[in-house]
Amino acid sequence: MSLRPDLDVVAAMVHRGRRVLDLGCGDGALLAHLIDERGCDGTGVEISDEGFHACVARGVPVVVADIDQGLDDVEDDAYDVVILSQTLQATHRPALVLQEMMRVGKVGIVSFPNFGHWRLRWSLAARGRMPASRSLPYHWYDTPNIHLCTIRDFETLLAHEDLRTLRRVLLDERGRPLDDYRRRRPNLLAAGAVYMVGRSIP
Amino acid sequence: MLESGASLGPVEVAYETYGTLNADRSNAIYVCHALTGDAHAAGHHGDPDRRGWWDNIIGPGRPVDTDRFFVICSNLLGGCQGTTGPSSEDPATGRPYGLGFPLYTVRDLVEVHRALLAHMGIEHLAGAIGGSLGGMQVLQWVIDHPDEISAALVICSSSRLSAQNIAFSAVAREAIMRDPDFQDGDYYGTGRAPDTGLSIARMMAHITYLSEESMREKFGRRLQHGDAPRFDFSVDFQVESYLQHQGESFLKRFDANTYLYMTRVMDYFDAFADPATVGASLEGTSTKFLVVSFDSDWRFDTDHSREIVRQLQSWRVPVTFREIESPWGHDSFLLEIPEYHRTVEAFLDRTADDLGI
Repeated sequence: MSLRPDLDVVAAMVHRGRRVLDLGCGDGALLAHLIDERGCDGTGVEISDEGFHACVARGVPVVVADIDQGLDDVEDDAYDVVILSQTLQATHRPALVLQEMMRVGKVGIVSFPNFGHWRLRWSLAARGRMPASRSLPYHWYDTPNIHLCTIRDFETLLAHEDLRTLRRVLLDERGRPLDDYRRRRPNLLAAGAVYMVGRSIP
Repeated sequence: MLESGASLGPVEVAYETYGTLNADRSNAIYVCHALTGDAHAAGHHGDPDRRGWWDNIIGPGRPVDTDRFFVICSNLLGGCQGTTGPSSEDPATGRPYGLGFPLYTVRDLVEVHRALLAHMGIEHLAGAIGGSLGGMQVLQWVIDHPDEISAALVICSSSRLSAQNIAFSAVAREAIMRDPDFQDGDYYGTGRAPDTGLSIARMMAHITYLSEESMREKFGRRLQHGDAPRFDFSVDFQVESYLQHQGESFLKRFDANTYLYMTRVMDYFDAFADPATVGASLEGTSTKFLVVSFDSDWRFDTDHSREIVRQLQSWRVPVTFREIESPWGHDSFLLEIPEYHRTVEAFLDRTADDLGI
């Protein structure tokens, strides 16, 4: 089974046999791939019933929890990699979630839609309406995405939290890596991004 | 030979099975019962109104699907429903063991289950499931024999009791042992038994199995007779009548000494006490866990389950966990709560698919 393109980008950042925690793991597709294809130990954290049952049906270990409440049950450095895939923007406390993921994991992988993408800017500027797109297909009133940010915003948060970027892959509107031309103006031309994040060396 | 070093034997085990063992002997699920359970987990013996204690979860098309699995449930060691226990005859004396029965542990309970399986020619379990003390057995089983079980389902259980849990057990035992009819546990055949103590123990335990919300809903402050309180010490509130009934009906099926032993088994249980042994055993186990708790359970609240999850995860054991919403307290594990049953069913379906059964 093939993964969604943006999940493929995330999966490519995870080495074989790593211990992985996927926060907001949804239906568990990424974890199933990492467990089956890459021999990882994986656990998901999910808040929705549908997501939970989809994971159980796939045989992916999953814990029902609200990541906005922190990860109190998880010890420091318990995981090699903590993934936050298309979830950051749906959390109530993105900074806390980021801190917690970097506490329990040695490396974090965060993917999110870029609200600075020109189409979204255009929609707001020209039509005066809250933008919707392929990766943000909701109305303003029913969206789970309550903390949207741009690539530049995210990098500011990383700096503020004393975290550093180990790798960055920019994505187009289909979730595939962006071509060279558009990589020159990421905040305007990338529809999303995947960051591999580490703690700053003191 | 028991964990304590004492020896006991011969041991007779009462058990029931449901469904059919397949040709590979690969589809067996062991049901471990809780404090006061017995081997009669499902179905009925002629009277459809007297169904097994977990009949709502075990059966054809039910979450523990007997069309797919071969289900075994046995009365625990030290029990009083057919398996050798304090009320059984001690071959050395020709009289019931009473308090001469050796103290045993959850590990011993598991070893008796395993002896039964060996007798049946079953080497590997598709699953083991239990609530409360039942879950403790499942947990201990995997710790001691990490490759014998594919799916371990630990429902509203604990890896070690809290001081509050032990306190409740202690009061229950005091009620039994201070009953003048207890006679140092040697009450068999005397025409007297510590019925008062045992029923008080049961009444108190029952309060801890329910939640405040479920008691409010079930009884409120409603009176047993009419609208006006009697203003005396008789059974006046409905909740009193209910507890009295629970206490009295318990006497018909339970032995006071078994109650002492089983509560003590739980008090001493400490699954992760020895990290070196546990780690050596659990790291690399093929067993997958499902841990479930209920939000209104205060006897073994969700923190007990979280601790099990945390411990297992620290040894890289695959664990699925969720807290189920239910107003019914600790007793929830015996009830037909759709989301709970759906979860058990999904987990076992996946197990069956993985095993090709």
